[in-house]
Amino acid sequence: MKLLTLNFLTCALKPCKASPLSFPLHPRDAELEIVESELNLSFLRNILPRLAWEELRGVVRELGLPDLPEIMPEAEALGKASSGKKTNENAANENTITTTTDEDELSPKPEVQPEAEEPDLEPTQTALDLHRLLLETSLRAGSLVCGNCGHAYKVKEGVANFLLPGHLV
Amino acid sequence: MPDYLVRMVQVHESFRKAELQASADVNGVKVEFVKYHEDSPFCIVRLPSDAAARSVISRSILSHSICEIWGQGPTYDALHVSTKESSSSKWPQYAQAPFRFTLDSYRGSRTAEEQTAIVNSFSYLGLSGPARMKTPEASFRVFEDYGAVQSDGPRYLYLGRLIASSGRQAKTTYDLKKRHYISTTSMDAELALLTANIALAAPGKLFYDPFMGTGGFPLACAHFGAVVCGSDIDGRSIRGTGGSARRGQVGKKDVELNFKQYGLESRYLGGFVSDLTNTPLRLSTARGGYLDGIICDPPYGIREGLKVLGSRATLDDTERATHRDRYQEAGYIPPKRPYSFTALLDDILAFSVATLVENGRLSMWMPTANDADVELVIPTHPCLEIVSVCVQEFNKWSRRLLTYRRRAAAEVPLGALETGSRDYERGRADDLNAFRKRYFEGFKEFEEVELGAGRSGEVDDTKGISGRWRKK
Ligand SMILES: [Zn+2]
Repeated sequence: MKLLTLNFLTCALKPCKASPLSFPLHPRDAELEIVESELNLSFLRNILPRLAWEELRGVVRELGLPDLPEIMPEAEALGKASSGKKTNENAANENTITTTTDEDELSPKPEVQPEAEEPDLEPTQTALDLHRLLLETSLRAGSLVCGNCGHAYKVKEGVANFLLPGHLV
Repeated sequence: MPDYLVRMVQVHESFRKAELQASADVNGVKVEFVKYHEDSPFCIVRLPSDAAARSVISRSILSHSICEIWGQGPTYDALHVSTKESSSSKWPQYAQAPFRFTLDSYRGSRTAEEQTAIVNSFSYLGLSGPARMKTPEASFRVFEDYGAVQSDGPRYLYLGRLIASSGRQAKTTYDLKKRHYISTTSMDAELALLTANIALAAPGKLFYDPFMGTGGFPLACAHFGAVVCGSDIDGRSIRGTGGSARRGQVGKKDVELNFKQYGLESRYLGGFVSDLTNTPLRLSTARGGYLDGIICDPPYGIREGLKVLGSRATLDDTERATHRDRYQEAGYIPPKRPYSFTALLDDILAFSVATLVENGRLSMWMPTANDADVELVIPTHPCLEIVSVCVQEFNKWSRRLLTYRRRAAAEVPLGALETGSRDYERGRADDLNAFRKRYFEGFKEFEEVELGAGRSGEVDDTKGISGRWRKK
């Protein structure tokens, strides 16, 4: 489970949802793993403003990972205009959609993908750091503990279990 | 704006227009349907440019290609006249280009000699470049529409220059037969991709499936570029079955393996075990939504009855104590209780309202018995606008793909959010799930009803939409 997911997860108990103590869940005995992946700048730019930044900083601290800046960076701070070269990310987007079939193949024409409306951007160090943290670091094992009720949700093989036992439903 | 010919496939007809519209929406392109019939694979649309046409068709699963129209008419004579009138200014541009010229006969066929004669009848176009079957620079096609039945000759003809092929190739790429990890309830690749497309899955977006099973929907969304996560009440489906996968694969079969198979693991956030009625996802009020899309095929509970977390009866103190003492033991199974399918659909809508960003989409499947007497009721919510309703007909039942758009707060009328009382029953699964009951009764009462023949008419089946979802 990539660390970004933790920014959306809270206690499954309905009464806890109302308490600010239930979010974020606190990792305990966490076993982390880093799996490198392609940088996805357009996703980072979209998701950044939706993050609960203070809570993310808290989780990062609890996991003993390098501190995040106090103030959430602006989405604009993730990319800087490149020298015209296409980034890997754009190349990846083009691979997303198969536009040809054997039957109807035309010789390739240079064409900008519709999704790449933004000008080509090169990721800044901030983007690289956030990518490493949110999308390359994952929780393999441990527990996620609610700060309100104390219930611990187990994480095994990267899969967290939020099913509530009989006495809590 | 120029007109373009979309060569559609003649399957899942009621989804085709919704899909093309969604492909235009996601690209921010305005599309106008000039000519469309449920019974024809030839659709004419008005689009701003070739580039727009290319971007729209690239996502389409239910079409083959899009062409610039060079001529059209009910006979070859009329087609030639039309071609000369409307496209002669374009001919010189392609005079030297390596080209391909082919014939596409719908519900008809031509001998090789006839095909050659037809192609030769267009010699006035002055295409003098080399003919090339593979990767030509320009591709021309004559489309013959023979109409609904075998007739003596084509009823209508088009000459088109190919702008781009569709994204239909993905149907083959994601074919379940070749996927490492599937289950009996996996939706076929074509429909899963279609669902992701209509929900506007695209690069930069975050999508979620609350009933992910073996991950077919999230995979389809990732294909279109979205970052995805999912959950399921059955942890075994996410963690996998253990043992070795197909030949050439080692390790266990799980959802992650499917993402790896298609090189999409960087877009998979992960899966977690949870129940939608007790979701661990934050239900934002002040913070606003964070999901761009939710797509799902909610469990109908045909085999076991639909279940959610909880106990059938309220637990007494001793029982509660037992659960408290035992829940951390390996092998502990949380109790589940029957639940009503209509209540679950309502829960999905409420969950979507709490988690979607403005203009985010929910696309969910809903089964119904084909019962002529009962008014079809489609669940609604004041914060969700119905975008499209597409129907897949089976013999005695059908299922609908319902797509909603999350309204912005300013669009929701004051007072619209006051919901009626909801007293969802505790009872037997059969009582709670009308569809499941019908299923087990074998749809006996509808056996005379002839289906499949009555599939003409408008694409969007909006007739059954009612403000009241739950009938009392
Ligand atoms: Zn709690």
